[in-house]
Amino acid sequence: MTGPGAAGAAPKGTEDGRPGPARRLLAWLMAALASVGRSSLHLLASVGQVAIYAGLTVTHMVRPPFYGREFLNALLTIGYFSLPVVGLTALFTGGALALQIYAGGARFSAEAVVPSIVAIGMVRELGPVLGGLMVAGRVAASIAAEIGTMKVTEQIDALVTLSTDPMKYLTVPRVLAATLALPVLVGVGDAIGILGGYLVGITTLDFNAAAYLKNTVDFLETWDVVSGLIKGAAFGFIVALMGCFHGMRSGRGARGVGRATIDAVVSASILILAANFLLTNLFFAA
Amino acid sequence: MIELRDIHKSFGSKHVLRGVDLHVEKGTSMVVIGGSGTGKSVTIRTVLGLVRPDRGQILVDGQDVTLADRDSFLARFGMLFQAGALFDSMPVWQNVAFRLLRGSLRRPREEARAIAIEKLRRVGLKPDVAELYPAELSGGMQKRVALARAIAAEPEIIFFDEPTAGLDPIMSGVINDLIREIVTDMGATTITITHDMTSVRTIADNVAMLHDGIIQWTGPVSRLDHSGNPYLDQFVHGRADGPIEAIR
Repeated sequence: MTGPGAAGAAPKGTEDGRPGPARRLLAWLMAALASVGRSSLHLLASVGQVAIYAGLTVTHMVRPPFYGREFLNALLTIGYFSLPVVGLTALFTGGALALQIYAGGARFSAEAVVPSIVAIGMVRELGPVLGGLMVAGRVAASIAAEIGTMKVTEQIDALVTLSTDPMKYLTVPRVLAATLALPVLVGVGDAIGILGGYLVGITTLDFNAAAYLKNTVDFLETWDVVSGLIKGAAFGFIVALMGCFHGMRSGRGARGVGRATIDAVVSASILILAANFLLTNLFFAA
Repeated sequence: MIELRDIHKSFGSKHVLRGVDLHVEKGTSMVVIGGSGTGKSVTIRTVLGLVRPDRGQILVDGQDVTLADRDSFLARFGMLFQAGALFDSMPVWQNVAFRLLRGSLRRPREEARAIAIEKLRRVGLKPDVAELYPAELSGGMQKRVALARAIAAEPEIIFFDEPTAGLDPIMSGVINDLIREIVTDMGATTITITHDMTSVRTIADNVAMLHDGIIQWTGPVSRLDHSGNPYLDQFVHGRADGPIEAIR
């Protein structure tokens, strides 16, 4: 075909037959858009899968059979063995918080608020969030690696053939244990964090010990503590759920298990921060 | 009786099973042979519900497995996995007695432990192995423990997936003899997946050859060496030339 019309409809290529700059740019833009589209679909699919998995976990929590021994083991592993890491994190955070508030407060002669801000900051935000993140690093990784290894070595299939539902035997005990253990860990972390602030306050910042404690108690309300514990329960649920979810979806081999472990920690951490914002907004927004 | 009718299964674009038909008579030992990656394990996994077939029907004693009550259906089965699949978080005796410690077959803990030790003895392991963890055992011992777990609840149907994979010839012989003894003593219906011809000759009453997603030949083990089937002949004699393409 010849003529101006045909020439106008032909691809705008260079003389040597390769696509021109405009066509290459268009192809690049299309590829970029397709990549964004694929990522969005993948994200939405993952959100849906997590939501279904969470729903199944909750429904299995109230239906027998119940595996008490597995629950107690999980409670010990998740709760008791996480105490050192949560306690140390809280202790140093409380101390650092006291130093920061003192330095910041000195700019407008408000050094006296250190005890109350340390207490409120710890129980409302830092205790639950840092506790949740530390447990996410320790527990979500451990659960994902354990269940992922069980999957690649056919132990999950073996459970099924032994008439045992992996959801009930592996997921429910861990999620329930983490949901109950995290508030306790957060409570202990709160107390240790406040202690950290107190120690820094009386040794470094020249606070009177009795006055520091009085200021801490006077300005702290019950709801401050309870809201932090509720956050802890939510974060515990998220941590164990992500560990189990990614473990169950683990790919083959060591690489698959490693990937599942990373995904569990990253997704648990992001979900903790997102849930913290939502819960804070729910509890304290005017 | 176990009956598979026109079973199809694909994973993505890979068609693993393209219409498998298989009959296993009650109380007999069927061995399914075939090259690596031909879908032997997938076949028995479809029976147990670990893999859902895309098409076809599976009947156990005339009942469609998809309509059976899952718990009571699985209670009839025992399975020996290729790598043992022992639970490494619990000692050997709890692995063997797993089914007896929970669910519908639950027994008192001491009774379950005694049964586990008896089953360990049945597969040639001493009672002191009971308190060890799977990671403390050799490959052959792990296989025996897995075998003890498969028979612990005295199932009517037992599947053995590559029972001698990764074992030396002597240990393979021991496991083959154990399986044959157990099958004969218990009168169980069994399907064994293997590509080890020594296992085939020791364990099988009947043999089925799986290739290209279908059963190419099935018959009694006595006809194995003169079946007239080119696929089976090539496989049995380990020849590179024949209808089965060898990748070199």
